[in-house]
Amino acid sequence: MTETDDSKKIPVEKSAGDAPQEAAEAAPPTAAPAAAGPEPLLRVRGLVRHFPITKGLLKRQVGAVQAVDGIDFDVRPGETLGVVGESGCGKSTMGRLITRLDEPTGGSIEFEGRDITHLSQGRLRPMRRDVQMIFQDPYGSLNPRHTIGGIVGTPFRLQGVEPEGGVKKEVQRLLELVGLSPEHYNRYPHEFSGGQRQRIGIARALALKPKLVVADEPVSALDVSIQAQVVNLMDDLQEELGLTYVIIAHDLSVIRHVSDRIAVMYLGKIVELADRKALYDSPMHPYTKALLSAVPVPDPKRRTQRDRILLKGDVPSPINPPSGCRFRTRCWKATEECTTTEPPLVALRTGHQVACHHPENAPNDQ
Amino acid sequence: MTAPIETTGAAAEAQPEAVLKGVEGKRIEGRSLGQIAWLRFRRDKVAVAGAIVVLLLVVVAALSRPLQALLGLDPNSPNQSLIDPNTTLPKGDLGGMSGDHPLGVDPKFGRDLLARILEGSWVSLIVAFGATLLSVAIGTVLGVVAGFYRGRVDAFISRMMDVFLAFPLLLFAIAISASLQGGAFGMEGLPLHISVLIFVIGFFNWPYMGRIVRAQTLSLREREFVDAARGMGARGPFILFRELLPNLVGPVIVYSTLLIPSNILFEAALSFLGVGIQPPQASWGGMLNQAVKYYEVDPQYMIVPGLAIFVTVLAFNLLGDGLRDALDPRSR
Repeated sequence: MTETDDSKKIPVEKSAGDAPQEAAEAAPPTAAPAAAGPEPLLRVRGLVRHFPITKGLLKRQVGAVQAVDGIDFDVRPGETLGVVGESGCGKSTMGRLITRLDEPTGGSIEFEGRDITHLSQGRLRPMRRDVQMIFQDPYGSLNPRHTIGGIVGTPFRLQGVEPEGGVKKEVQRLLELVGLSPEHYNRYPHEFSGGQRQRIGIARALALKPKLVVADEPVSALDVSIQAQVVNLMDDLQEELGLTYVIIAHDLSVIRHVSDRIAVMYLGKIVELADRKALYDSPMHPYTKALLSAVPVPDPKRRTQRDRILLKGDVPSPINPPSGCRFRTRCWKATEECTTTEPPLVALRTGHQVACHHPENAPNDQ
Repeated sequence: MTAPIETTGAAAEAQPEAVLKGVEGKRIEGRSLGQIAWLRFRRDKVAVAGAIVVLLLVVVAALSRPLQALLGLDPNSPNQSLIDPNTTLPKGDLGGMSGDHPLGVDPKFGRDLLARILEGSWVSLIVAFGATLLSVAIGTVLGVVAGFYRGRVDAFISRMMDVFLAFPLLLFAIAISASLQGGAFGMEGLPLHISVLIFVIGFFNWPYMGRIVRAQTLSLREREFVDAARGMGARGPFILFRELLPNLVGPVIVYSTLLIPSNILFEAALSFLGVGIQPPQASWGGMLNQAVKYYEVDPQYMIVPGLAIFVTVLAFNLLGDGLRDALDPRSR
């Protein structure tokens, strides 16, 4: 984490009109030793997206779905950040925000040091070359009326890039890169299986040699056997092309396989952000612990030994989230403090941030 | 664990043609959706029959005048020698059918019915096609715009559609046709009547087209490939023309084919009411109008134009249904 000094400056830099609560959140009070890492590729501070709920003829706003409500994280060049959370926790919205397919309500997004939070679509165009997205639904993300060549070649046309040797040759090279035949150039999406379609989507995302690839549930629509292929393909491509990934998923085993660092989201907030090993070995947030305990264990002997944490109740509505800690309604460790004060996301260990008043596996000195 | 793979739409669509004709060594060629639709259409015998009849009709209508000349018939030349002066009915059985006049002649004037049917065919089709084209043009453009931009634009266009749909169309058509009888816009006679009919029918039918296109656009714009295009930096027009419109071609073709027969009927109805094509110009609706007076004594005169309308409308409807099944198999 390199947010020791920088992050305190951020609220000052931010434009007016941001939600008031984020100023408090965006300043982690810890002074964790600054990892001498490189400048982050993507820096997100206090990101908020509220979907207004309107009522009546006059479209009076009566409330808001707080899909993403003040999240901070960095993505370093070359790493894979995994984002997990259950349905409706705002992880897809987060993905759409950082690719600027959606307009943030508040907070800031910096890509390579440049603020892209509220850039118009026109001014975003150059940035679009560097940030690409892989979509969840391999059936919906390819236009059924275009050939594969047309689909994978679209980025070149849109960005006015003329690759060496022509678009067709480059597209065929990309198809080979993702494990398809160059002869598929003139075929249509409906002639491919789900896994092949996802490869086409990956080829399209990689066409312009992006720096950051945001993958929203890239394998959840695929068969388990195909999931492994696609995940491994993404891994190989990362090594080969030096890509940076933000991978959104709800499947903990997929996330564990691909990620360097993992962010756990709950009801629009990041509750824990840590290296993969630290998160899986010693989760600090009770929610993370409960989540990890739900992963199926293939060994029946070990299955009886582990303690399975069953959470009570449902995720509260993001329209009217609980006061204080959002997880407190389902947390077995919740106290009075959790109702009144919202726990900030702080680094309890180096590179291990957690937002909890009563963390598990906490270092003794805390 | 994993979300279920969507199997209903795309997979079902791809299956029938996935069976490859096992020719070894031959390169497997990709089939476009159009080719698949064509294969599917070809198997639908009823639709093919409809298409053949429609094709014949179009050819006949286009060559109507040369055909009349070829047969030596004229739709407007009276022939009193074929009329019984006492009853004003055609002489002979079956409305005066004979070698010279295969479908007989009309009462009172003795004009050849085949020639009049031929003459009416091009009028009917030109009005129906013209009106359909007009509706499709207005409906598609406004529908796409409403569905794509949503919000106030959509609200405005949708309310406009409601107004048009609530409009007492028949009364308006009668009024406007009657008031423009003499001549207007530098036109008179037949060209004026045809233009007025095309305008009235086409201009008031666009909301049907518009609603279909709008609904399709609304659902298409939420598909992920639109997001994908946007994520690559596509602007509105690119998304509209490159991503959305190709997906709208199918429904638009289908509903235009289904709009044509209803427009033929509407044209016939207006001519029947005496506000469409004016006599002595032959038109199917006009012929029916005159035939009403004779249906007891000379049923032939009613049956001929009635059959013409019936066959034409049926053929277009069958073709349209077949096209819908072929282009959009999920909508059954």
